[in-house]
Amino acid sequence: MAMLEVRGLEAFYGHTQALHGLDFDLEEGGITTILGANGAGKTTTLRSICGMVSNNGSITFDGEGLIGKATENIVRKGIAHVPEGRGTFVRVTTEENLRLGAFTVKGAKKIADGMERVYTYFPRLKERRNQQAGTLSGGEQQMLAVGRAMMLQPRLMLLDEPSFGLAPLIVKELFEILRTINQEEGVSMLLVEQNATLALGLADHAYLLETGRVVMSGTSDDIASDENVRKSYLGY
Amino acid sequence: MDQFLQQTLSGLANGAIYASLALAVVMIYQAIDHFNFAQGEMAMFSTFIAWQLIAWGAPYWVAFVVCLAISFIGGMAIERIIFAPIHDAPALSHVVVFIALTLIFNAMAGFIWEFTIKEFPSPFPAELPFETKLIGPHEVGIVGITLIMLGMIYVFFRFTPIGLAMRAAAASPESARLVGISVKKMLGLGWGLAAAVGAVAGMMIAPVVFLEPNMMLGILLYGFAGAVVGGLTSPGGAVVGGFLMGVLEALAGTYVIGSELKLTFALVVIVAVLLFRPAGLFGRVVVQRV
Repeated sequence: MAMLEVRGLEAFYGHTQALHGLDFDLEEGGITTILGANGAGKTTTLRSICGMVSNNGSITFDGEGLIGKATENIVRKGIAHVPEGRGTFVRVTTEENLRLGAFTVKGAKKIADGMERVYTYFPRLKERRNQQAGTLSGGEQQMLAVGRAMMLQPRLMLLDEPSFGLAPLIVKELFEILRTINQEEGVSMLLVEQNATLALGLADHAYLLETGRVVMSGTSDDIASDENVRKSYLGY
Repeated sequence: MDQFLQQTLSGLANGAIYASLALAVVMIYQAIDHFNFAQGEMAMFSTFIAWQLIAWGAPYWVAFVVCLAISFIGGMAIERIIFAPIHDAPALSHVVVFIALTLIFNAMAGFIWEFTIKEFPSPFPAELPFETKLIGPHEVGIVGITLIMLGMIYVFFRFTPIGLAMRAAAASPESARLVGISVKKMLGLGWGLAAAVGAVAGMMIAPVVFLEPNMMLGILLYGFAGAVVGGLTSPGGAVVGGFLMGVLEALAGTYVIGSELKLTFALVVIVAVLLFRPAGLFGRVVVQRV
């Protein structure tokens, strides 16, 4: 059984339907990516998993249904969402952001250890620990968002366009760290990206979304070598 | 000179009350973006509860603590029963509900305890340990209790995980949910705390103005003025604004306008601040992205 199973997922914004019966699986320990153009429903898919849009169908995490549950309770099952726009708590410090990430974690020692781990992955955050988070650069805030998600000690991390608006060098650094987190911490990842080259380089499985439907799925290598994908999404 | 000092000190004592109410109003404003007009009447009702407990024979500080607990639970209940369901309703709906609450608490207090004024005891000794004509013992007590309470609230919000979570839930509810914070619970806690803070203010001022259902009207107005002066986005600013309004009220009353125009003075300050510095002295200017 896959760690995350999505079947017949539909999502709505008011009367507008954004997802039309999505099916996909995510294997434990792996990195799966969802590709697609603007408006294909990538962000909506992630928000559905976390119960932030009205939806129906079925989403199961370790065999337990998530649909209809409150966001904060879904998160408590070990699903950390790195949201579009990074979701920084701008008026508190970097370190307080990390503390907030560990809100569901009990035990001061556990939290301190988690924070040290985040700081070893992102030394820049340690330098900025007492700085108001809103004053961090875009790259630093993205690292903070990933660090905050790590503080939850998640089993699954949902990443919504982590490369958005960042300089190529920073993106490269960030994606290498994501790979390390996946391997060392055993955190499974579901990655949504517009930058298909980047995403296929990191992920082992990929789904291609068009207007709220899965139109193609397979291993990243299969998808990357598909003629149409290459032309439409990889641009060569 | 003596008169000036005396007025300033007594202004600080009243200011402590305004600061408490301003803080309560700002705490709720930060969480739900609306101005709780009923804060004063809630405080008045809490004070009546304490009065009743004392009338039944409870020692003052027992009544004080029980009253805080009841107010806290009552504040949470008001949020859960009345404000949670209209959370996404337009501002006007909130205004109407606030006005309704004000009238309901006022009328209920009159119905249960009648509109005749009642004496409310001061818990502080009748004489100060040192000799002074500048300030009375109850005024010293008001300032002391208020500062202790404000200190505790500061420590709570600044240094405890729940306090941090409450700030996060108010500032960025969606991000807060994504780290597992129940924004609903934090809202309830905020209302409970605000109601308890108001209750302290009510119990502290009641020995001065006497207890009756309309006792908080003028006081709330000054509390509002304090919140607006300090800035609705800044709890610390609201506290400073409250103290400032107390002193301004006392000095303006003595030297400039006399006591008849005291309420008008508060309104003039509110209007002036909104006209010339809408963010208040310490508030952030809120920029809306479009």
